[in-house]
Amino acid sequence: MTRRTLFDKVWDAHRVGGEEEGPTLLYIDLHLVHEVTSPQAFEGLRLAGRTVRRPDQTIATMDHNVPTVDQLAPIADPVSAAQVEALRRNCADFGIPCYGIGHRWQGIVHVIGPELGLTLPGTTIVCGDSHTATHGAFGALAFGIGTTDVEHVLATQTLRAGRPNSMEVRIDGVLPAGVTAKDVALGVLRTIGTAGAAGHVVEYTGSVVARMSMEQRMTLCNLTIEGGGRAGMIAPDDVTVAYLAGRPFAPRGEAWDEAVAAWTQLRSDEGAAYDRTVVIDAADLAPFVTWGTTPAQSVAVTDAVPDPESFSDPAERESAARALVYMGLTPGTRMEDVTIDTVFIGSCTNSRIEDLRIAAEVMDGHRVADGVRVLVVPGSQQVKLQAENEGLDRIFLASGAEWRDAGCSMCLGMNPDQLQPGQRCASTSNRNFEGRQGRGGRTHLVSPPMAAAAAIEGRITDVRRFRARVGQAVP
Amino acid sequence: MPLDRSDVDTDQIIPKQFLKRIERTGYGPFLFFDSRYDDSGAERPDFVLNMEPYRGGTVLVVGRNFGCGSSREHAVWALQDEGFRAVIAPSFADIFHGNALSCGLLPVTLAEHQVAALIDLAGEQPGVECTVDLEAGCVSAGDLRFQFTIEATQRRRLLEGLDEITLTLRGLDTISGFEASRPRWMPDLTRAEAAP
Repeated sequence: MTRRTLFDKVWDAHRVGGEEEGPTLLYIDLHLVHEVTSPQAFEGLRLAGRTVRRPDQTIATMDHNVPTVDQLAPIADPVSAAQVEALRRNCADFGIPCYGIGHRWQGIVHVIGPELGLTLPGTTIVCGDSHTATHGAFGALAFGIGTTDVEHVLATQTLRAGRPNSMEVRIDGVLPAGVTAKDVALGVLRTIGTAGAAGHVVEYTGSVVARMSMEQRMTLCNLTIEGGGRAGMIAPDDVTVAYLAGRPFAPRGEAWDEAVAAWTQLRSDEGAAYDRTVVIDAADLAPFVTWGTTPAQSVAVTDAVPDPESFSDPAERESAARALVYMGLTPGTRMEDVTIDTVFIGSCTNSRIEDLRIAAEVMDGHRVADGVRVLVVPGSQQVKLQAENEGLDRIFLASGAEWRDAGCSMCLGMNPDQLQPGQRCASTSNRNFEGRQGRGGRTHLVSPPMAAAAAIEGRITDVRRFRARVGQAVP
Repeated sequence: MPLDRSDVDTDQIIPKQFLKRIERTGYGPFLFFDSRYDDSGAERPDFVLNMEPYRGGTVLVVGRNFGCGSSREHAVWALQDEGFRAVIAPSFADIFHGNALSCGLLPVTLAEHQVAALIDLAGEQPGVECTVDLEAGCVSAGDLRFQFTIEATQRRRLLEGLDEITLTLRGLDTISGFEASRPRWMPDLTRAEAAP
């Protein structure tokens, strides 16, 4: 019996018979839909006279276009409004459950799947969005697809896909104080680069990962795509089972018992071979901040903007030089001397209750720096409600931050939450590409506590030093 | 058309404000939007898409990891709507590569030095013609001749113009057979006990 990895097991279990050669026909257990990448897919179904094959395995939400303030009012941008309305109409026409604007389960698609107990170990999950990798935290094989594939999944509940290679990223040791899952993810990207995992499904292993909560695992898997990875996976364990128990769509009764029995078997066999292995020592990790225009272009917060000439690879040198011009940064500038005017705490990377708790802990009793605009955007209406029950909203509001409704918000400038040209943002999101948060906007990716500290100080800040200075314990 | 940049991400290819459209066509004017136009909306004269004789080119030659970032298929549509039929690079991001094949925009992978040679040639002889022959698996431009491969079933599908959904639906019985054997704990949207 060959020894198989977690990825091998889930892939093999979903191969639909019948293909002799070429890409595998993979069965899709759960299809997540949002308003941006679906309109043309539904239109394609209509034009061909086809229907959605499994509406009972399809779920839709609205997240990219939705305003995060006055959410129930008509959307001001007519093009956004049309796209949101198209999803509502398509779901009604094709019989797909839609947790859209106004629904108590509405939120960022990669936040609501897990919290509703729809994301399950050992399943295949797809969505027309690259951060679908997030769901891999549960030991699901989850990846992003384009609109043509969305149409194929809607029509057939299958996907044709070439088998990726497997890659292990093992993170061992003990995380230094102040280092969060976001920093682990940024640390991985620094090591492997923006295409380091291209063509691979990454499995995260090691003692650091085993100690992570589900939300922390989601943050880690979320950023796999930024390293070019096809998907990111973490084997399910007791933490996974405890998270899922009792959630609205989690299996119940005997089905639950069968599920747990299956999930506890679901891990890579001892001695299974990966096509590539990367080992990261937790001691090498620190609170990171990006300086450039890819998520891999980061340094420890205590370091300085690098000199492009220090990169040995000519393409990297050129990319760094270009990035520094766009970002308006000079080599040698200490990151902690970089002032910011905007802070965004949100996105499918970091907008869950644990992220909000730690940000609130840092900000409690302090005022946001003059001239700094701070947006705190919970990942779903359920997260919002829970945060309000815990009094986190009052902490954010008392500090001078804005407390919003759920949506993708400032992660990508598709809704009113955008940067103006030249503005500089400390952001808990996943991408710092040119123009990502708004044309000419400058993004520095950080963890939630780092973003919170930056909000108070008005500049990129080492949250460990901030917390020591103001007498907070560093977790 | 040579574009000597690596890690060209999908936000560069088509910024997010254009993803709000519900149409499948008309994305051509938005291709490389921020590189192509300045803040006043005027064409930037030093961007290759705006320069003669590269303007109107149908083969894009670009650096490694092309199309990284988002899964937005709109990036492919923008390239196709603007007339491109093939992209040549040392490597492509996985999702972009799959989207390109789905839409019939041919992603051609060549070695770094071969791509560099093509970019150099386009610079030295602006307007030189480049031919990409899927049947023969060959790129030719000036005196350069490079072989490339496309996965066999994709190549056949592209050459024969087959519709992928139609192909899959021919095997519907097999799909139903697979479904009958799935464990009962799999995701089920009819399952929630608390009605929304």
